[in-house]
Amino acid sequence: MGLLDQRFENGNVFITSLDDLLNWARLSSLWQMQFGLACCAIEMMAASASNFDIMRFGVIPRATPRQVDVMFVAGTVTIKMASRIKRLYDQMSEPRYIISMGSCSNCGGPYWEHGYHVLKGVDRVIPVDVYIPGCPPRPEALLEGIMKLQEKVRKESMVKKRS
Amino acid sequence: MTAQEIFDILKIRFGDALIEEKLSAAGGSASVGYAMQVWINIAPDKAKEISFFLRDDSAMQFDYLSCLSGVDYNNGTLGIVYHLSSMVHKHKIVLKTFCTKENPHVQSVSDVWGTANWHEREVFDLFGIVIDGHPDLRRILLPDDWEGNPLRKDYKVQEFYHGMKVPY
Repeated sequence: MGLLDQRFENGNVFITSLDDLLNWARLSSLWQMQFGLACCAIEMMAASASNFDIMRFGVIPRATPRQVDVMFVAGTVTIKMASRIKRLYDQMSEPRYIISMGSCSNCGGPYWEHGYHVLKGVDRVIPVDVYIPGCPPRPEALLEGIMKLQEKVRKESMVKKRS
Repeated sequence: MTAQEIFDILKIRFGDALIEEKLSAAGGSASVGYAMQVWINIAPDKAKEISFFLRDDSAMQFDYLSCLSGVDYNNGTLGIVYHLSSMVHKHKIVLKTFCTKENPHVQSVSDVWGTANWHEREVFDLFGIVIDGHPDLRRILLPDDWEGNPLRKDYKVQEFYHGMKVPY
């Protein structure tokens, strides 16, 4: 990931403390790619509004992939859209995370059989960290997904490869 | 004006371009338009000519194309259905035209009603009916390099598109 993983085999007290600091900083300010694809985006917007207030997790919508840490794939990924999503993912800087929100982006959802135009799961083009089931998931489910991602970020280390 | 009257006028004017007329069991009036719909079968290569007449004739004045749909009848026949209505005379009519899968050509009516432009592109995209005389006949929904026409009954989805697996 960085330069330090070339220098140290195992974590020492210096590395682990730095890990804790960096991980805390990352998980507390997961900036979000600001776009939605379908009805899941409505729930995502509801999660951003005052009742659920996603910003208390440090999730701030940004309009450019170069400033974001996490992309919520919120909605139906059509095959036409898949190449655009792949490009957005490539433009994000490391470390980057993907939350797949809703049945459509998890596995194709209701379009699994006759939806010739729908990609059967966004994990066919980009790696996904957290899957949130639901059609669409409620805002609480999205918050749960963010907390799962925070748990994942909290366990990361500079000297170990990310799983 | 009833469907029968419209049909009679068209019959006099265009003759063999009209193939037949289907009236509902009730013999209903096309001007009501809510009951069973009455339709007129027109020849696919005369669609534009008939449409211009239906739009411009003072007794017809079908100035509004409510809907244009493609159909696959699953017996080797494709078709387009035109729903017309007149804001002036408050009457409606349905036109149908048929073509075979081997020779799927229908004349464009997008010069007559601008609405038809995108509708016909959609029919071309999803049914593969070639719209002759269309100003911009490209796929409208699917990518340009997509294979096949998805709303045809015998459509088989392609295995891969640009390296992405398409079926589940």
